[in-house]
Amino acid sequence: MGKVSMKLINEEGLRHDGRRPDEMRPVTMEVGVLSNSDGSALVSFGRTRVLAAVYGPREPPQRYMILPDRALLRVRYHMAPFSTSERKSPAPSRREIELSKVIREALEDIVLTHLYPRTSIDIFIEVLQADGGTRTAAVTAASLALADAGIPMKALVAGVAVGKIEGVLVLDVDEIEDGSGEADMPVAAAPDIGKITLFQLNGVLTREEIERGLDMALNAIQKLVEMEKEVLRKKYTFNV
Amino acid sequence: MSLTPYRIPIVPEIKKQTLLSLYDKGLRPDKRDLYTPRDLTVQVGVIEKAEGSALVKLGRTQVLAGVKIEVGSPFRDTPDEGVITVNAEFVPLASPYFEPGPPDENAIELARVVDRSLREVNAVDRKSLVLIPGEKVWIVFVDLYILDHDGNLFDASMLAAMAALLNARLPDYEELETGEILVKKEVKKDPLKINHIVVSTTLAKVGRHIIVDPSLEEETVSDTRLVVSYDETLRVVGIQKTGPSSLTKDEIIKMINIGADSAKIYFKALAQAFQDAGLPVKLEL
Amino acid sequence: MSEVKRRIVVPGERLPPNVVVREREHEYVYEEEGVKYATVIGLLDERGENPVFVPLQSIYIPKPGDVIIGLVQSIGIMNWYVDINSPYVAILTAQDYLGRPYNPQIDDLSRYLPVGSYVKVKVLAFDRTRNPLLTVRGEEGLGRITKGKIVEVDPAKIPRVIGRKGSMLQMLKEETGCSIFAAVNGRIHINCPNPEIEPILVLAIKMIEEQAHTSGLTDRVKKYISELKVIRGVK
Repeated sequence: MGKVSMKLINEEGLRHDGRRPDEMRPVTMEVGVLSNSDGSALVSFGRTRVLAAVYGPREPPQRYMILPDRALLRVRYHMAPFSTSERKSPAPSRREIELSKVIREALEDIVLTHLYPRTSIDIFIEVLQADGGTRTAAVTAASLALADAGIPMKALVAGVAVGKIEGVLVLDVDEIEDGSGEADMPVAAAPDIGKITLFQLNGVLTREEIERGLDMALNAIQKLVEMEKEVLRKKYTFNV
Repeated sequence: MSLTPYRIPIVPEIKKQTLLSLYDKGLRPDKRDLYTPRDLTVQVGVIEKAEGSALVKLGRTQVLAGVKIEVGSPFRDTPDEGVITVNAEFVPLASPYFEPGPPDENAIELARVVDRSLREVNAVDRKSLVLIPGEKVWIVFVDLYILDHDGNLFDASMLAAMAALLNARLPDYEELETGEILVKKEVKKDPLKINHIVVSTTLAKVGRHIIVDPSLEEETVSDTRLVVSYDETLRVVGIQKTGPSSLTKDEIIKMINIGADSAKIYFKALAQAFQDAGLPVKLEL
Repeated sequence: MSEVKRRIVVPGERLPPNVVVREREHEYVYEEEGVKYATVIGLLDERGENPVFVPLQSIYIPKPGDVIIGLVQSIGIMNWYVDINSPYVAILTAQDYLGRPYNPQIDDLSRYLPVGSYVKVKVLAFDRTRNPLLTVRGEEGLGRITKGKIVEVDPAKIPRVIGRKGSMLQMLKEETGCSIFAAVNGRIHINCPNPEIEPILVLAIKMIEEQAHTSGLTDRVKKYISELKVIRGVK
């Protein structure tokens, strides 16, 4: 850490790409981008691009996986080999295994799994390009894909990471900032029902910074969810 | 791929109700209060052949950590740093729910949370592990062995890893004319350079209650858990939400504050262990 | 003004406390601490006395008594496994279908209903703990579908294909002369005496599916059918 000599916050308090500390990268969202899946979405945070597809509820592939009282959630977070500067082996890494779990746990309390016992709801996430914030973009894409698939959920979810670079809390860290920052705190939440469903902190933050960072993240998540709603409404609004 | 766990202990609904009504009175099944961890013992140097080792008993949960130190090459992007790697094995003798095989998502998550908590603050000084810059460095392997699973593997593993690292000594070595490093494992030399001591406190949310250091039974009824790592100054050096449910901002802040008190108890237990072993370890608290 | 009164709502959006939901679609409203939320994308219509929430997509969950169209997916020793456009695969027993005891040693189920055939069936039992059980008994017209065509739409769109008091369905039948059975599981069986009109009816049904949440649809579909008839030279 700290080997990059480049200053990441300039004299005017702007970041290396000109953003203010509380500014996100340009965000785009699209739903229904794939034809075979029941629901799909493509989300980009700057150069980070994540594709999510949902299948189900359907019969689980193996009978022993059946849960008698609710649907099984299966989540795979996976990075395309060409998504990173150096080729990433397509075999799942330890990081991808952990993130698949963390993302699944971010959705377990959101999807109304008890409505479909003995079935499986499958969420497949492919990171097409990784430039920081892939897990939070992934949760956002998964939320849109679930809504697009018509799977009942308590509310929409979105995620964003707050980082600390050169002593400053910044929103939506990209790869350069993540590589040399002092802390990275990914958060995902369903603001409509006030639930934080994913929360991690890698690095050091004071308790005051954690609180302030959470506020920054939740504020941005609120906007992301508004954007999700807009995109979904647009897709389903037919103008005569 | 991560799946909703389908092989988990079944907790009778009645038991959950019993636990909740106990919590309402501020009590636990084992007579603890909500914010006190279980009895903790730490023994160091339990495996002589390892460069460092520790056995942690947190209630009935037992974790054995072994440190092995080998010579290897540095990562390309950090030529002037040694390497610390943490691995966790959920060995099948520890629980009817553990199966032999490669680490599953729980073992991987545990190892990565411990690893990050140590790495982010450079708890073990990685620069001090360089033998020949850019070519040869010490690789420190921390292997966590879960021996008995009665809940809260995170705190027990973090403690075991930290104790084993504090206990570890670098082997003697000789730099040969060929540029190779001849390691003399039988001669233990300096301890590792430790910059920070890190422990974690796991807090579980059960209904409207927050409890510290959940037992397996309590974990199974809990909605979700927050693992908060602290260094010796009680700075927060890492957090992981684990488990399927959600939290509010207020709950998170409350958990971080409550967890610091348990962290103090864990630090004391670590200090006590080294004092008992006649090994002076300075814990600045 | 009417745009404000009828709008698309998305998961997590609050619904009015007195919202009305179609009987089999209660699961699309989630209630926490006395507040109702939409769980899927739907249309909230606040024009009438009570606001109505209609999901734009739905997942078919069988209910005893439903008359539906199944597709034979595979054959077991004593039964067929039937795809009913639901997360749950349904079972139709040999004894029920044949109306007599069945001996797998001397008889072969694929002779009666091969894989890939459509059957009109009634849901006999289902409680989400076991696979739904089907029957072809106790109602007229149940059994293998041998003529016509099956059109699939989202199950949420079936009420629109039927229309208020069957008005849409009536119009479709009158305009095309086809027989139409719209099953709650999203499969519509059409049978047209004039084969040339069949594709026109399919297009009309697809139009209803796409524009289900718009108003004045019956008239537009009727117009569309007559336009298509002219273009294609069908009487």
